[in-house]
Amino acid sequence: MTRMKSVPLLCTLFGLPGLAFAAPPTLNSGDTAWMIVATALVLLMTIPGLALFYAGMVRAKNVLSVLMQCFAITGLISVLWVVYGYSLVFDTTGMEKGVVNLASFIGGFDKAFLSGLKADSLSYAIPESVFVTFQMTFAIITPALIVGAFAERMKFSALLVFMALWFTFAYAPVAHMVWSGDGGLMWDWGVLDFAGGTVVHINAGVAGLVAALVLGKRHGYPTTPMAPHNLGYTLIGASLLWVGWFGFNAGSAVAANGTAGMAMLVTQVATAAAALGWMSVEWLLHKKPSVLGIASGAVAGLVAITPASGTAGPIGALAIGLSAGVLCFFTATTVKRKFGYDDSLDVFGVHAVGGIIGAILTGAFAAPALGGFGTVTDIGAQLWIQFKGVAVTLVYTTLVTWLILKLVDLAIGLRVEAEDEAQGLDLALHNERGYNL
Amino acid sequence: MKMVTAIIKPFKLDDVREALSEVNVTGITVSEVKGFGRQKGHTELYRGAEYVVDFLPKIKLEVAVTSDQCDRVVEAIQNAANTGKIGDGKIFVYDLDRVIRIRTGELDGDAL
Repeated sequence: MTRMKSVPLLCTLFGLPGLAFAAPPTLNSGDTAWMIVATALVLLMTIPGLALFYAGMVRAKNVLSVLMQCFAITGLISVLWVVYGYSLVFDTTGMEKGVVNLASFIGGFDKAFLSGLKADSLSYAIPESVFVTFQMTFAIITPALIVGAFAERMKFSALLVFMALWFTFAYAPVAHMVWSGDGGLMWDWGVLDFAGGTVVHINAGVAGLVAALVLGKRHGYPTTPMAPHNLGYTLIGASLLWVGWFGFNAGSAVAANGTAGMAMLVTQVATAAAALGWMSVEWLLHKKPSVLGIASGAVAGLVAITPASGTAGPIGALAIGLSAGVLCFFTATTVKRKFGYDDSLDVFGVHAVGGIIGAILTGAFAAPALGGFGTVTDIGAQLWIQFKGVAVTLVYTTLVTWLILKLVDLAIGLRVEAEDEAQGLDLALHNERGYNL
Repeated sequence: MKMVTAIIKPFKLDDVREALSEVNVTGITVSEVKGFGRQKGHTELYRGAEYVVDFLPKIKLEVAVTSDQCDRVVEAIQNAANTGKIGDGKIFVYDLDRVIRIRTGELDGDAL
């Protein structure tokens, strides 16, 4: 994830020839302690953070269904990560800097079932076991984010199959291309994505839009009122996301160092600016500032600062956060209504749009001239690299997601019966109700 | 005997209950209900999606009284529940045929 540390990581982890100049790594207990905490924080983002954020926004009859989906995805992806996910993303066999081959797009199976992992294996200066688990929590939250786009209408069985396939064919390749190191397609281009703007948020956000379009609108949308049933949950969820995101962004330094500290600061600044940005525009245009609005703005800011969090300074963070808060407001409100798609909980409007804003602006605010801490001197050139990374992810994820959804639809069907949708997924699919008051 | 049913604003319940105690009413039944009249509903806005909420929360209270108590009870409710603003509610008065206290079997006036 951090570009600067990649060389010692790769030569020690994978014993690449020709890199013998790097000193053998030793375990740093400070780094290790921080990364264990950061891993727990990122898991906290999905369960219960994201689960509650979404659960509050659906109707009371579907509250358990989204909680269940987030929880089940956590289990499913953890298992797949161990079986082959970690290998597909971080197996670097056959990769060579500047050479584009199959290994530039996807890893192999050399690390399947975590082959070769021992208690004293190291990644960077932390145990590889911690690195595996830290990365696992990123692999979990990415598919879980998509849940909001098709909330209240997807079959649970179809969801599990879709998530397994999407994790394999969308998440793993994109994560590999961006994060696996020298020889990875976008890594070699020089795409800056510190903590996952492209890999996590654009990826999930675009998949969400495709899923919303393929599954179609909920019955009655947009004429039937579908008001959020408990915005208290949503605010608690957004707050847990905010707190957990320090693990996501500052943890992506994979060390307890100055980069991690700066990532923490810019995360807080961008999120605050975005929350205020969304709230203010909403106040101006809709006459009242809302809880759903300020919570959505905060998440938009967290998303946007994610790719920039290792390179932007505090003033860059202010600009990134404010832009995301204002622009995501317009996609989630105006654009969605104009085009009429039912991205139920605004996965596209917040994650894809926030992710794209962040990914592009990362290219500018990494420059020391704009208060950044990156090595970017030619802002125009870096913006073009960032744009290429966004474009490839957009096109690739759109195609793959569409294909997976069509296949799953043919095989087992994506949507619940109209009657089940009307009754609510909690009773129809899980034989339970969220509230027995 | 009369059955007095009143629809009032929820926050006026305590005032009405006190006013009824002062005119010696010893029991009332209260329900949380929804409805609309001249007050109409309100709009709610979630991420740009506007919903018109027609039904507003109200309190329905039911009081069984003797015929000679009725006018004072109606007057007490009307005074206590009045805010002067639209949406204060309504009072309905019906004739009441029989009252039975379940525990003792007492009838009509004795059962009130």
